[in-house]
Amino acid sequence: MLPLLEKELIEKHQWISSTDFIDIAAISEMTPGPIAVNSATFLGYKIAGVLGSIVATIAVILPSFIIISLIFKFISKFKSSPYIEWIFRGIRPVVLGLIGAAAVTVGKTSFVDIKAVIISILLFYLVSIRKLNAILGIILAGVMGIFLY
Amino acid sequence: MLLKLFITFFKIGAFTFGGGFAMIPIIQQEMVEKNNWIKDEDFLDIISVAQSAPGPIAVNASVYVGYKIKGLPGALVAAGGTVLPSFLTILIIAIFFSRFSENIIIQKIFLGIRPAVVALILSAIYGLLKSSRLNRGQLLLALTSFFIIVFLDLNPIYMIILGIAISIFYNKSKNSSNYKSTRTLDD
Repeated sequence: MLPLLEKELIEKHQWISSTDFIDIAAISEMTPGPIAVNSATFLGYKIAGVLGSIVATIAVILPSFIIISLIFKFISKFKSSPYIEWIFRGIRPVVLGLIGAAAVTVGKTSFVDIKAVIISILLFYLVSIRKLNAILGIILAGVMGIFLY
Repeated sequence: MLLKLFITFFKIGAFTFGGGFAMIPIIQQEMVEKNNWIKDEDFLDIISVAQSAPGPIAVNASVYVGYKIKGLPGALVAAGGTVLPSFLTILIIAIFFSRFSENIIIQKIFLGIRPAVVALILSAIYGLLKSSRLNRGQLLLALTSFFIIVFLDLNPIYMIILGIAISIFYNKSKNSSNYKSTRTLDD
């Protein structure tokens, strides 16, 4: 998503400079929400104020909304077809593999030192084994960040 | 019901850091365990759809779950709820603190949250593996996709297409032999 944004906004339309772009990418990563949506909101604001941010946010989620609507309708209609079940039997394991790969990617940049590894192990234990609310887990990790770093 | 849906997705949206995968355990706790809106065995399918379609996983998952719970109004409310917290956060930052990412406290909080995101992704895998009961062939496919994406950096969509193709081919050939055997039983 980010390389695509860079190409469209900096090279094609020249709406923002590349230093602005790096700032926006950093902020989008450090705030809650999908990075794509965050950067769209931010860029929309920079380019055309509050109205710009609303338009950009709606525009960035609209394709997802339409595509998921179509998929939902399609799956509901052909629910009884064995093909739907076979397709899911093929996708489920691949998606688990993909989530594992995402953990590796995020881990590479997140495990900056031993403290980070400890936070991660502790959080996994609390959320998966002790059934701690995942939202409380995130807050706890943020607080640990303030005290440990 | 719609208000509850909105509040739930607002909460999910407010605590989704580092890409959509970290939200999986949050959605699972809120939708499956707390509110019983979705069955445990349907959950991986929703994540599968969200991952296979283009667009942010968090948005895709919320639209799909919204449809499943309350049709089109549900989907709109869920998508709005998911996006609104990040929209408001970004707007406030863009207007008031453009030097947000240089703030030392914010950086420390973020250093703590980042490893937590890895933990949440691992919790997601742990939870999904338990609920999905994959057979041996599927586990092999999961491991293969994992290694191919990590080491060969292949675009995930090709693995998804490959997984679908393998599954259809395998189930079709298995089914046609089953069909023959049931036929003989019927006769």
